[in-house]
Amino acid sequence: MRLFYMALTLFIIASVTFFLMNALPGTPYNNQDRLTAAQLEMLNKKYGFDQPLFQRYINYLKNLLHGDFGISLQFSDQPVATLLAQRMGPSIQLGLQAVLFGTLVGVFLGVIAAMHQNRFLDVFCSLFAITGRSVPNFVVAVLLQYIFAVTLNWLPIGLWNDGFRSTILPTLALSISPMAESCRFIRTEMVEVLSSDYIELARAKGMGEIRIAFSHGLRNALIPLITVLGPMTVSLMTGSLVVENIFAVPGIGEQFTKSILSNDYYTIMAVTILFSALLVTVIFLTDILYQIIDPRVRVEGAK
Amino acid sequence: MPENVLEVKHLSVSFDTYAGRVQAVRDISFDLRKGETLALVGESGCGKSVTCRSVMGLLAKNAKVDGGEILFENKDLLRQSNRVLRSIRGGKIAMIFQDPMTSLDPTMKIGKQIAETVRLHKPVTRAAAKQRALELLALVGIEEPEKRYHQYPHEFSGGQRQRIVIAIALAADPQILIADEPTTALDVTMQAQILDLIKDIQKKTGASVIFITHDLGVVANVADRVAVMYAGRIIEIGLADEVFYDPRHPYTWGLLASMPTLATDSETLYAIPGTPPTLINPAPGDAFAPRNPWALEADRLVEPPLFPVTETHFAATWLLDERAPKIEPPENIALRARAFREKQSERSAAL
Repeated sequence: MRLFYMALTLFIIASVTFFLMNALPGTPYNNQDRLTAAQLEMLNKKYGFDQPLFQRYINYLKNLLHGDFGISLQFSDQPVATLLAQRMGPSIQLGLQAVLFGTLVGVFLGVIAAMHQNRFLDVFCSLFAITGRSVPNFVVAVLLQYIFAVTLNWLPIGLWNDGFRSTILPTLALSISPMAESCRFIRTEMVEVLSSDYIELARAKGMGEIRIAFSHGLRNALIPLITVLGPMTVSLMTGSLVVENIFAVPGIGEQFTKSILSNDYYTIMAVTILFSALLVTVIFLTDILYQIIDPRVRVEGAK
Repeated sequence: MPENVLEVKHLSVSFDTYAGRVQAVRDISFDLRKGETLALVGESGCGKSVTCRSVMGLLAKNAKVDGGEILFENKDLLRQSNRVLRSIRGGKIAMIFQDPMTSLDPTMKIGKQIAETVRLHKPVTRAAAKQRALELLALVGIEEPEKRYHQYPHEFSGGQRQRIVIAIALAADPQILIADEPTTALDVTMQAQILDLIKDIQKKTGASVIFITHDLGVVANVADRVAVMYAGRIIEIGLADEVFYDPRHPYTWGLLASMPTLATDSETLYAIPGTPPTLINPAPGDAFAPRNPWALEADRLVEPPLFPVTETHFAATWLLDERAPKIEPPENIALRARAFREKQSERSAAL
């Protein structure tokens, strides 16, 4: 049932995108002015643009069902699937690393802040969270480059040719926002949780504050964070144009933007479908995660 | 007389609030004897919970102990390190909370919540702790403990959850059990069951119980001794029979009179006039004096000490001073007292 809805969602997104995209002004040919009518007709025929829109839509869906995303109009007729496969890897890796690292550190800071509510460490963590949210990640990216690559010369300044080492700085730059976000979320939630009755009971059991925070508090405080975590993960995995550019990472973000500018229909479609599929999957995973963390959801789901 | 397991001496606790310093507990002293149940009775805000939280070392951050001592095993609990307190808390002195719906961690299996407490205080293996948790579940009357061990709090009813909270409290064989209104959040039939359970456990383990409540019906059911609190002070303390049948403080009279009985006609239920005083800069004298139709001039000026009525019964009212005029307690109280004396003389005659 769940899978059917996921497929339906993807289908609707694909359809809407297809028609919206074709409503965009312009054509995939960037030198159309200089093409003769005959050349234009030939090209249109070659790529199937001479057919009515609806027919093209049906054809596209048919191909899609066979796993054929079409060919890129922009990059010398390469199949879109190959193109994406090359570009997706770095983006997904960076995104996942950033979310993982950012959330872990953010959650830790949030817990520390909540435990020291209104004292120095709390103010420090909150300040960090606000800064992290307000400073754009490209500023952080450049700062990181300056400190760790230029001044200290510890890590490569960019490119994607040094294995894990070249992922460190872009990951850090990208992780600032999930870090700040989860720090803020966890702090708010944790402050509330720490004043609840079951925490009081844990204190009455003779448990230490740190153990209370991590074994009884955190799990309860995590629940609302999961909701925002899903979409955040997707948006990071699908690449950040600016950060990928700064570090010269061959990711998907840059590609997507280019394909829109050049009306590269099939690439736009493929990337959109891919992003949507990721989002739908992540939301699905989020729901599963909910059930793992909050036993109350499990029962309601089973009913 | 059995030995004291806990002695509270001249305890004063205050809270810093925006309105000022609230003197929630003012110079309270009482003893808790081995194996007895002492009920702390009083209306909301009279300081009964604060007193117990001081014993547990669980006062809120804005609370300050202004003086006194709490002696337990020859140690003053008010002057112990966090480490020592943690080993006592939940280990030797355990607490049962008011609302079972919110006092269990919703994301942890209840069995683990019990076993965790066992392991905090006893050097046992995981398996042994689980075994102990299963025994405790059986002891508090949870059926099929093996299966229930792996369930979460939301799969239990309110009464069952309170049983689990009690199991957690018993995890490390405490000498003192503090029950902070353990039945207030439950419906009446459940209340009786939980009270029976606590009594039963006390019989089996020989633990002393401090029972906090504002429900005199509950007190009559469980208490060996009763301490009545008003405005941060103990105003009357004695054996349960003495306080119930021969009360001496006008506030206790009021409390008893406002308790519905089968004889009371529901439209005329008595209420003590007025409201409790604020405890920011309390006025001199007996805090109850402004609401007390029997108050003497002295009650308004000077804090009355606890006058002995019998060896075990004390009340803080100037009415008990030898210079005080003779005052007849209200009729219903006088009736109680007479019935009580007759019962006692019968009893002594029988002996």
